[in-house]
Amino acid sequence: MNDTKKIQFRSGLKDGIPIALGYFAVSFSLGISMVASGISAVEGTVMSLTNVTSAGEFAGVKIIAVGGTLIEMVLTQFIINLRYSLMSLSLSQKLDKSVSFWKKLIIAFANTDEIFAVAMNHQKSLTLTYMLGLQSIPVLGWTAGTFLGAVASDLMPERVSVALNVMLYGMFIAIVIPVAKKSRAVLIVASIAIGLSSLFYFVPFLKQVSAGISIIICTVAAAGIGAVFFPVKEDGKETGDDKNKTESTIE
Amino acid sequence: MNIYIYILVMAAVTYLIRMIPLVLVKGKINNRFIRSFLYYVPYACLMAMTFPAVFFSTSSMLAAIAGVGVAIILALKGKGLMTVALAASITVFLVSFIPV
Repeated sequence: MNDTKKIQFRSGLKDGIPIALGYFAVSFSLGISMVASGISAVEGTVMSLTNVTSAGEFAGVKIIAVGGTLIEMVLTQFIINLRYSLMSLSLSQKLDKSVSFWKKLIIAFANTDEIFAVAMNHQKSLTLTYMLGLQSIPVLGWTAGTFLGAVASDLMPERVSVALNVMLYGMFIAIVIPVAKKSRAVLIVASIAIGLSSLFYFVPFLKQVSAGISIIICTVAAAGIGAVFFPVKEDGKETGDDKNKTESTIE
Repeated sequence: MNIYIYILVMAAVTYLIRMIPLVLVKGKINNRFIRSFLYYVPYACLMAMTFPAVFFSTSSMLAAIAGVGVAIILALKGKGLMTVALAASITVFLVSFIPV
């Protein structure tokens, strides 16, 4: 590993720490609910290592618990996790030129909400090295948290796991606020998304819609309105492309 | 049914959803609308996931409101992700001791 790669990897590792801490708390509670649903610690650990998705796994555990069909499982996972395809689409635009087909196959594996969020907030174009650094500790934290939650259900006081869980939301806020402060368009798009998601949360009829679907609808609607009324400049100024130029020569 | 079959199906569906758009899109998209749309996706998506869910993610809403408030103030001041996330978390922890 040369120096540039070392720096990229380390910077990824550092960015992954807050994600991993938040994941640990969430997956700990996931591990607890797995055992309560009749899934063993080993099975649960394998699930977390291979899926790396919170809502999808929680839903999957419920289906396993009631002995649902595989079709049900496919549909549920598809609906809950479809938002990742939007994120991957967005992420594809920020990948460094050095990222080949095979590297994309690796990066795709742990493109979670939080990893996507931090990657998009990264000041440079995304290399495989940075992404490996960014993904490694969170995947470890997610898997280890599930295992520990499953084997030691009542070790962590609820007060602590709840507080750790809020870290993830705190991170999202820290990503959006500074950009919304500078860009009125982002502020408006973010506000529309919050307004719509509140409708899905509180309005009786809309409450029936699953969280996975409502996130997709809110995202598509708010980003769509943004794209219609505040198209980004052709020179890519708002997309931060100018900052990426120095990075694309690396490797 | 063997639980590992369920897990395999879950993992396959989730991976394909993440992988297909990433490998299908080659290079930069030139369409201005799509580029603009994708530029706004992260902000829209993150806020839709955070609000209002965050207010119901803790045992007391007061703790959640305090945590969000601290996060917003620190983020406005330009503090980093780790600082904001930890401060929100600690705030929720401390406020959760206040009986409501």
